[in-house]
Amino acid sequence: MTTATQHTQTSQTTQVYRVYIKATAQAIWDAITKPEWTNRYGYTGFAEYDLRPGGAYQVRANDEFKAAAEAAGFPCPDVVVDGEVIQADEPRRLVTTWRMLMDADIAAEGFTQIAYDIKEIDGGYCSLTVTHDLEGAPKLAAMVSGSGEDSGAGGGHAWVLSDLKSLLETGKTLAS
Amino acid sequence: MADDDDRVFKALADPTRRFLLDKLFERDGRTLTELESELEMTRFGVMKHLRVLEEAGVVVAHKSGREKLHFLNPVPIRLIHDRWIDKYTERQVTALADLKKQLEETS
Repeated sequence: MTTATQHTQTSQTTQVYRVYIKATAQAIWDAITKPEWTNRYGYTGFAEYDLRPGGAYQVRANDEFKAAAEAAGFPCPDVVVDGEVIQADEPRRLVTTWRMLMDADIAAEGFTQIAYDIKEIDGGYCSLTVTHDLEGAPKLAAMVSGSGEDSGAGGGHAWVLSDLKSLLETGKTLAS
Repeated sequence: MADDDDRVFKALADPTRRFLLDKLFERDGRTLTELESELEMTRFGVMKHLRVLEEAGVVVAHKSGREKLHFLNPVPIRLIHDRWIDKYTERQVTALADLKKQLEETS
């Protein structure tokens, strides 16, 4: 039963998030992959994807974010997330490796894998499902699950997706 | 999707379904068989509850090989939090701020 054990281990280190958004698949795809959009919600920052297998992925922090991090006593590097594109099927599926560089301990956990699946549903809605495989990255897993929200580390994927939904549907983020 | 919140509230309004969510919070990605072993209930009963949770979007099922794994999806609860809980706590704060203003003006 080796496979069963593997499944169980995988499932314990995978996190799945799904949100329904009244927007086109293309609008959601753009909000995930274009820097002018990614800087407007969640943790902000300018995402840059070379959208082909093996292409580079990185997120650069904006000045405001860097200043806030420094003021909080956690100076952060210019590039806060990096990875490599594994699959880019616009506007339906994006898979990349994903490493957080803001914190040395979390960065040392290495690359994880994240998948974005966008599905069109009748009535002008889409579902967006984020599947984050966090094997070997317990510290990052805690962070993206939002467990550090009260200490100012942000609410993780659920918070980011909630903010993205708000931005696409109302033109405003939750904080604005 | 105005009835989305209804589905989430309905899903949460049952102790068995809240128990299932707590189990998935402890350890995510479980099969029906695993979840069933935690409850004094028929397999069919657990399936029915899981379906309500899936329809509300608070549980997302993923096929992994031949297994169907159930994951807790916290986003709908997050949305209710953002839309309802925040709204009312904010109002309390505003009410307190107004009270302070009133008291200060009269003194």
